[in-house]
Amino acid sequence: MAEMEYNVPTERWPAHPETATQEGKNKFVGFWTFLAGETALFASLFATYLALKDSVPSDDHMLASELFHLPLAFVMTMLLLTSSLTSVYAIYHMRNNNFQKMQLWLGITVLLGAGFLALEIYEFIEYYGYGHTFRSSAFGSAFYFLIGTHGFHVIVGLIWAVLLILRNAKRGLSVYTAAKVNTFALYWHFIDVVWVFIFTIVYLLGVL
Amino acid sequence: MAQTSAQKKGVGSVIWEYLTTVDHKKIAILYLIAGGFFFVLGGIEAMLIRIQLAVPNNDFLSAGLFNEVITMHGTTMIFLAAMPLLFAFMNATVPLQIGARDVAFPFLNSLGVWLFIFGGIFLNLSWFMGGAPDAGWTSYASLSIASPGHGIDFYALGLQISGAGTLISGINFVTTIITMRAPGMTYMRMPLMTWTTLVASVLIVFAFPPLTIGIFLLMFDRMFGSNFFLVEAGGNTIIWEHLFWIFGHPEVYILILPAFGIFSEIFATFARKRLFGYSAMVFATVLIGFYGFMVWAHHMFTVGLGPVANAIFAVATMAIAVPTGIKIFNWIATIWGGSIEFTTPMLYALAFIPSFTMGGVTGIMQAAAPADYQYHDSYFIVAHFHYVIVGGVVFALLAGLHYYWPLMFATMLNEKLGKITFWLFFFGFHLTFLIQHFLGLWGMPRRVFTYLDGQGYNAANMISTAGAFLMAVAVIVLVVNIIMTIAKNERVGMDPWGDGRTLEWSLPLPVPYYNFAQIPLIRGLDPYWVEKKEGNGKMLPSESLTDFHMPNNSILPVVMSLGLFIAAFGAMFFPDGKDWAIDAVSGLDPKPWALPVLIIGLGTTFVAMGIRSWKDDLGYYVKKEEVEKDLEELERGGK
Repeated sequence: MAEMEYNVPTERWPAHPETATQEGKNKFVGFWTFLAGETALFASLFATYLALKDSVPSDDHMLASELFHLPLAFVMTMLLLTSSLTSVYAIYHMRNNNFQKMQLWLGITVLLGAGFLALEIYEFIEYYGYGHTFRSSAFGSAFYFLIGTHGFHVIVGLIWAVLLILRNAKRGLSVYTAAKVNTFALYWHFIDVVWVFIFTIVYLLGVL
Repeated sequence: MAQTSAQKKGVGSVIWEYLTTVDHKKIAILYLIAGGFFFVLGGIEAMLIRIQLAVPNNDFLSAGLFNEVITMHGTTMIFLAAMPLLFAFMNATVPLQIGARDVAFPFLNSLGVWLFIFGGIFLNLSWFMGGAPDAGWTSYASLSIASPGHGIDFYALGLQISGAGTLISGINFVTTIITMRAPGMTYMRMPLMTWTTLVASVLIVFAFPPLTIGIFLLMFDRMFGSNFFLVEAGGNTIIWEHLFWIFGHPEVYILILPAFGIFSEIFATFARKRLFGYSAMVFATVLIGFYGFMVWAHHMFTVGLGPVANAIFAVATMAIAVPTGIKIFNWIATIWGGSIEFTTPMLYALAFIPSFTMGGVTGIMQAAAPADYQYHDSYFIVAHFHYVIVGGVVFALLAGLHYYWPLMFATMLNEKLGKITFWLFFFGFHLTFLIQHFLGLWGMPRRVFTYLDGQGYNAANMISTAGAFLMAVAVIVLVVNIIMTIAKNERVGMDPWGDGRTLEWSLPLPVPYYNFAQIPLIRGLDPYWVEKKEGNGKMLPSESLTDFHMPNNSILPVVMSLGLFIAAFGAMFFPDGKDWAIDAVSGLDPKPWALPVLIIGLGTTFVAMGIRSWKDDLGYYVKKEEVEKDLEELERGGK
């Protein structure tokens, strides 16, 4: 294998910097494999939720149809879907070796993700007021575990993105840092896709 | 960093080297040592069970202690012995078989082994901290939620930590086999050991997350006040059974497929023939992996899922016999007409065919759902799964230990002692478990700590216990063999079995830390054999001799694993004395330090992850001159 310089000059910048090195290729394949495992993880969570949906100890607990409002879930969905789009812009600029714009769009992605997270926390607090908590019923446990695991993934993604923006600020763009940014983007798309399923299975089917 | 093998090093630096290593060959040794330790531990627990059951009305173990011992025996053997020992051989062989200098993610490889070790230690600390888990290795929720004290918490947290390690290792092997193959090593030229590792790793990727979720449900119910399994709050304990077996059945194939891989290598080597029906073997491996996910409810025929569900799962289960049968016949056809050499590994391989087939046949008997109502929870089941796990997996581990020992340590285990171990173990195994089929059919239930005199179980149980002692003697002979071999330290050279076919045997022993001075060019299935027959017996290089890249060592995997280990104590003691906690722990003394410990532990892990992400880890270059010197030395030593 020829010696690989990580800092590639602009004229030799590859079309796919994220997989230009062996490490980059490994990361790409490895992370897709990890996402396959994550799919099985969320599938188990959805199955648990569907098994325990509306399963409460007594009549004074609120059920899904009374609890969920679609407008809030819609706004959250829009925020997260848009953040997925902005992460695509970041990758677009990464492939064009435009570091500043990549950082900018990553920053916008973080802001949109943080907006989503804030609304989710607001939603949880509201439900808490209705007596729908993690400990109130099996339904509550399953709901918070499913949505909470997704929310935890969002938090991890936000910290990850912020760390990447900060660490790369000094280092700039290289085929080494490009692989890291691309891996984050894959992750961010994945949690976006999971949310689409949550919106459908939890919220839409919940109010129908 | 790079060091020459001639350098003598102090104990401290050797320990530090192993704590920080990212070399797959050293990680294989870590898996072998830790897995071997847990294998002996699980074996001692097995002996305690058989001593207790040797005679009726025995009081060697109390009923409660018996439950702890059977739980820990099963859990230890599956999660802490069988799987890590298979990982030892995967790590030792796969990168060498595909012509790679290391795995795709050396750092994650290290993280995997340390998570397993810390998880295993945590689980076994239960013996010293108020009692081990006692709800069986399946830990069904209706039992485990009610189990008082912290035993079940050790099970949940220990398996969560070591399970994360297994998942990481699975991802690593999938990636390694996809991206790191040498030029010419196409998928259909990969040795069966590599193929079975690939399929088993894919199974890990899809099977372990459901277990993770199942254990989280159990953890949250026991430690954080949720209601997944609390029926009075709307919970449902059958969810655990589903999640556990969605993991648990593929787990059986995660264990047996690499065992099949080891045996496929051994048959071809010692019959001195190309593996019969290679492509059918690959196809059968993939098919078994695929079916493995569609049969989990055959563990739950008596739950009452209904005749439709039972019928579907019964048919799917029977279908697995087809690819497995293909394999059995291919192995027989490989031996057929071969020039067989009866080495210790070959003896295990030959014994494996009838032993494993017997386990398979009883499996088909249980697949018939109505008949299974008779076998369920009886000793027939115990006999069945020990025939497949011991007759398949443990035979493969012992065979692999003898077969791959020279590759890992550049010495040979003593063949005479090896054969003594084999015969003792082979007879001991059949003596212990054959009779248990009949015990089951006569009505003896599993998981009972004793039985009454005059039920007709006495003689059979005594025979079973006698067999267990034969196996114990066999393991003692094996340990003596290992100690003698290490003490003598008689080095062997390249291709110690003389009939090596696959790429790993083309390497000098001990294998250099960079594996291949030049990445070889692969010209066919069994590449080393191809070069022996058609070339000059040496692998052709696919690249000129140049500097190449190797990964840096790191202590961070140990720190990350230690963080989770600490956090587990915090989580476990968190519900003590809380009013929202389940009855099993709400009466214990409150532990105000639990939450800080939980936070500190998780914080350690996440900070270590942050450091890993923040710092550039570019590795280092091995210089051409160093490799040339090694090659010259080898040339001189070879003459």
